Amino acid sequence: MSISEFIADLTNPDLAFLPKALLIAVMSSIVCGVVGCYVVLRGMAFIGDAVAHAVFPGLAVAFVLQGSLVVGGAVAGVVTAILVAVFAQNRRVKEDSVIGVFYVASFALGIVIISQAPGYAGSLQQFLFGSITGVPDEDLYTVALTGVVVLGAVLLLHQQFVTVSLDRELARAVGLRVFRLDIALYVLVTVAIVISVQTIGNILVLALLVTPAATARLLTDRLGIMMLLAPLIGGVSATVGLYLSWSYDLPVGGTIVLALTAAFFSAYVLAPRHGLVAKRRRKTEQQPTTVPA
Amino acid sequence: MSVLEARGVTVALGGRPVLHDVDLAVDTGELTGLIGPNGAGKTTLLRSILGLVRTSAGRIEVDGRPVGPRRSPVGYVPQRHEFAWDFPISVENAVMTGRSGRLGLFRRPGVADWQAVGEALDRVGMSELARRPVGELSGGQRQRVLVARALALQPRVLLLDEPFTGLDLPTQELLTGLFVELSREDRAVLMTTHDLVGALDTCTRIALLNRTIVADAPPSELLDPEPWMRAFGVSETSPLLKILKVM
Repeated sequence: MSISEFIADLTNPDLAFLPKALLIAVMSSIVCGVVGCYVVLRGMAFIGDAVAHAVFPGLAVAFVLQGSLVVGGAVAGVVTAILVAVFAQNRRVKEDSVIGVFYVASFALGIVIISQAPGYAGSLQQFLFGSITGVPDEDLYTVALTGVVVLGAVLLLHQQFVTVSLDRELARAVGLRVFRLDIALYVLVTVAIVISVQTIGNILVLALLVTPAATARLLTDRLGIMMLLAPLIGGVSATVGLYLSWSYDLPVGGTIVLALTAAFFSAYVLAPRHGLVAKRRRKTEQQPTTVPA
Repeated sequence: MSVLEARGVTVALGGRPVLHDVDLAVDTGELTGLIGPNGAGKTTLLRSILGLVRTSAGRIEVDGRPVGPRRSPVGYVPQRHEFAWDFPISVENAVMTGRSGRLGLFRRPGVADWQAVGEALDRVGMSELARRPVGELSGGQRQRVLVARALALQPRVLLLDEPFTGLDLPTQELLTGLFVELSREDRAVLMTTHDLVGALDTCTRIALLNRTIVADAPPSELLDPEPWMRAFGVSETSPLLKILKVM
């Protein structure tokens, strides 16, 4: 399918779900791209994965009760994130173990809950791998509004987040409330994931959070630029992924993730300073100079 | 009255006594070396001065006011490995994080903040590298960034935790020069170090710590082996004491 045909489909009133899916995928990518920068820089990818699984029981409850998926997922994710943060204060059990305990438990709870719903297999698959059909209009508004709130919070807390990420000990010494800031970041990660689960699916959502930010990190040594590049990479990849998914009848979540991965590989090879090509070129340029200055 | 005063400071961590009845006063113009064996409580004493550790007895005051993370301007230079050097941030922005507590919630750095950062970078001789990513700096330059970050608060007290660890001798020498200068500028400097020779040579005062202050005097008055034996728990034949005899 050509790009013009894709645009025609996007504007076709019979296919109203398609532009909605695109809009929601792009908005999710932008929010996840920005929040994902902290996740990548703090080495929190595992926590992101944990949160992605932790929201599942909330989605399941919301699905069974016909409530709002965004609200259900957010509640479950936030509760699990706070449990992890509290239990991780105990130094005897390391944070990653606590996460391992809670996220699998949470995911398991979700599976048990959703098995009680009629049409269990189909809805389970939709949750796990994402779907572009059936995004209700009110979800569109919820995602947009939530996204604005998340980005606003990031803007306001950025300096504090950076200080804590750089050096927790100094952050405490200058009077920042490190524990509260950690919770705030976990909550933002949770919300970013919840609004993205619908299109891309529970298992693949981690890619939306981590891959664009990791790709951006390869391209720049400046945080400000990284936080602009990551949502851009995410948004473009989501659009390309959705286009390919629609054209070739491929699962949308998987296609978007593969588009993101392609962007990551390209950056890995072609990045201006740290890419493979640049490194190789520097090496060959350096060879003639044998005497060190 | 001294800028920094600790009186009868007692600290227990997790029920284990770490500091007992510590008395220490540091004045402006002094570069005080805090020396003691591993586990003597050096870092805990620094953290108490920052108000990060709860003292079970005693009081700590800076400029006559009780300490606390949001109260007194105490500049802190933690050990270098605490810092995420792979973070994509420029030198000047890293130094600005030293003022994050001042900026308060939701506020962004203003003109006065950038001015303080500029002065701090100037003071440690890093102005030319202000826009360099921190990951590209050498060990000595990194230490300077951490000092600048502490100075950005314009503190009256500067605490340095093992600033020489992992640095080569020429770099240590340059940094020592900087610390001596900083101590002479209306500022009290307290530094923990394992480098006894360097401390005896450059510090104006040495405080020997092992749970409590064992001795506190200018280096020239600390040539007697007895307090060193008590602080480090070593015998008279220890190589440590031979250093003192040479000095």
